[in-house]
Amino acid sequence: MNKDLKASAPTDSEIVLGILNNSEVVLKRLYTTYFPMILQLIINNNGDEDDAKDIYQEAIIVLYNKIKGGDFELNSKLKTYIYSVCRRLWLKRLSQMNRYGGDIRDFEEHLPVEEEIESHSDRDIQFGKMESALQQLGEPCKTIMEDFYIKNRSMQEICERFGYTNADNAKTQKYKCLQRLKKLFFQQK
Amino acid sequence: MSDNQLTEFIERYFDGSMTAEERVQFELLRKNDAAVESKVTEHLQFIGLLKQYGERIELESRLNAIHSEIDVHALKEEVTIHPVWIVRMWRNHHSKISVAASVAIFGVLTILILTGKLNNDKSKYQQLSEKLNKVENAVAQIGHGRTSVKPKVITPANFRGTGFALTSNGYLATDYHVIKNADSVYVQNAAGESFHAKVIYTEPQYDLAILQINDPAFKNLGPIPYNLKRSEGDLGESLYTLGYPADNMVYGAGYLASSANYSNDSTEYMISVPVNPGNSGGPLLDEKGNVIGVITARQTQVAGVFFAKKSTYLLKTIQNIPTDSLSKTLNLNTKNKLAGLSSTQQSKKVKNYVFMVKVYKQ
Repeated sequence: MNKDLKASAPTDSEIVLGILNNSEVVLKRLYTTYFPMILQLIINNNGDEDDAKDIYQEAIIVLYNKIKGGDFELNSKLKTYIYSVCRRLWLKRLSQMNRYGGDIRDFEEHLPVEEEIESHSDRDIQFGKMESALQQLGEPCKTIMEDFYIKNRSMQEICERFGYTNADNAKTQKYKCLQRLKKLFFQQK
Repeated sequence: MSDNQLTEFIERYFDGSMTAEERVQFELLRKNDAAVESKVTEHLQFIGLLKQYGERIELESRLNAIHSEIDVHALKEEVTIHPVWIVRMWRNHHSKISVAASVAIFGVLTILILTGKLNNDKSKYQQLSEKLNKVENAVAQIGHGRTSVKPKVITPANFRGTGFALTSNGYLATDYHVIKNADSVYVQNAAGESFHAKVIYTEPQYDLAILQINDPAFKNLGPIPYNLKRSEGDLGESLYTLGYPADNMVYGAGYLASSANYSNDSTEYMISVPVNPGNSGGPLLDEKGNVIGVITARQTQVAGVFFAKKSTYLLKTIQNIPTDSLSKTLNLNTKNKLAGLSSTQQSKKVKNYVFMVKVYKQ
């Protein structure tokens, strides 16, 4: 399996272009190409396959956002970049779990990537707050918010889905929900 | 204006559903009212975050879908650095292995002790030629008043055993191990006279050797008083031997203990006659004066147990001597002149035919 993946390893510029063009195929190839490398890193440094999945997906998201953000400059191999991000994230996770023995068994060369991870984890905190605010919001508000603001559905669709008799009622409900969501979000520290 | 209304205005402003008139009014409101402006900024940021959150959730689900297609288990096997199997085995089972090893060692030791295999007969089988550690250093002082002293080693090693006459013309029997690797052999009789002898035949498998005195000073011994017994001795039979474990002849008496030695070697008797290093090669006689064997060795672990080669093997050895090795005739005495004599009288006669065998080797 590993061999097949290596054989079809996409080039770095293919990946960048593919992500910018929302190519599902390229994302998949990117994911499957470097996962074994990260699995090896985590498994052999006190982690299991679930840790590897979490860490790797986080790194892919960092890379994805960086490319999407348009400020990605290819000044190292993508492989090295992904490895470095995962390594950094895993060290952080290990020290949080008090499992870090002060030594990590390395398999690849790596670069300093602290800044990337700082901005990434700031955003993660915001997303965490948003997630719990949405949870607390409850139904039907949560679905209305997701449908309207995330999935860009029209008020007409939302009316039909929730059985509102007129669009004004639905609109009022939507603004009430948004108001509460903001309140819940900003209440969190 | 309520919050809800304001929010509606903001949304309508940005989604382009406002009329031109409304847009102008709203822009004016933003310009004049800082609170409205900050509300607009906040709303945009919040909705942006909400959208990004939605994108993140969607990306995560895409990644999860990809991930679920990977055979993580197989991959895990592949990338895990396995320690060598023996290390893994030890880590997983070291307590069991330790217990098993202890039991095994205990078992083996028990069996060895019970079956007596630990008593290695061979290691305790000591041949009885005596190594003399006296190394004579002849120091020659050269010249008078000179300080240089030159030591000269005459004999590096010196072994001693016993031999006994087979014929009156100077054929002797002794143990092979006594004269093994000898450079030169001398025999000394009870009167203290030494004669040069040469090894004319050896039978290492029986540990026997035949010597011939070839010294010009040697004179005929006179008729041999004993003969070699052709049949086996009986258990419990009284025996005695004469030999040179010390500088003077030593007499030892005892009985025949077994017709085979500890290693079940039936070419030897087990005897209970006290002998010592130096007795090797000595004759073993029964009370009638028949030579029934030749002293060979002793058991080092059990006191008083010794071995002697049976006389029948000495006879075989004598028959095996090639005729061209014999410069004189080797006619064995068949007439026993000792029967009926007391042990003191017997040994007085026999001692003249028993020699100390002195061996010089490098």
